[in-house]
Amino acid sequence: MAKLMIVFRTAPYGSIYAFEGLENVLIMGAYDQDISVLFIDDGVLTIKKGMDNSGTGIKDFSPTFRALEAYDIEKIFIDRQSMEERGLTMEDFVIEPEVIESGQVEKMMEEQKNFFMF
Amino acid sequence: MKFGILITEGPYQHEASDSAYHFAKAALAKGHEILRVFFYQDGVLNSTRLMEPQSDDRHIQKQWSALATENNIDFIVCVAAAKRRGITDEVIAEGFKIGGLGMLTELAIEADRVVEFRA
Repeated sequence: MAKLMIVFRTAPYGSIYAFEGLENVLIMGAYDQDISVLFIDDGVLTIKKGMDNSGTGIKDFSPTFRALEAYDIEKIFIDRQSMEERGLTMEDFVIEPEVIESGQVEKMMEEQKNFFMF
Repeated sequence: MKFGILITEGPYQHEASDSAYHFAKAALAKGHEILRVFFYQDGVLNSTRLMEPQSDDRHIQKQWSALATENNIDFIVCVAAAKRRGITDEVIAEGFKIGGLGMLTELAIEADRVVEFRA
């Protein structure tokens, strides 16, 4: 089983990256591998509650993150510093990721066979 | 080493596709294996045979096609990203094939390193 990681590090809707990251998480979930998901930098905004993108014409994909458990993806992490710098707390998110410290991020990445940044 | 190459940026605007091409050539010259090159997001635009750069410039699609056919490397163009950008079987060049995003996951499982080239 390969350790694979998807890293969300850009805000949603301003670019396609977060949407494509989610597409990859959902597809990877079907391959029975050791998948981790990390939200860091502006990527923490991807799972923020109360997003209203109705005026943009872009599909609202935030609710889909709630389905990750159904895809057997349980290792979901968020970087504490990125959260705090943006004034966010655990109540602000549509899912409940595990909070990790910045120092753990590097180690976690080193342990992966491959990871993709979005 | 078994490499996978991921290209998420189109041709000409940024150096990403050129860098990926030179990386692939160098890796092969050193005896490494390239399992697959996956073209994703705007990277799918590298596969169109409709591109027509000025004659004194490199032809990015032709460079890639030659690399694929000479070395028998699997070149996959992400189907969803391609459809969004009008890249279909009618316009993709020799050496490229349209395939699903699952083939990127398979590459991540099989390759020792997937190296991404982006803007």
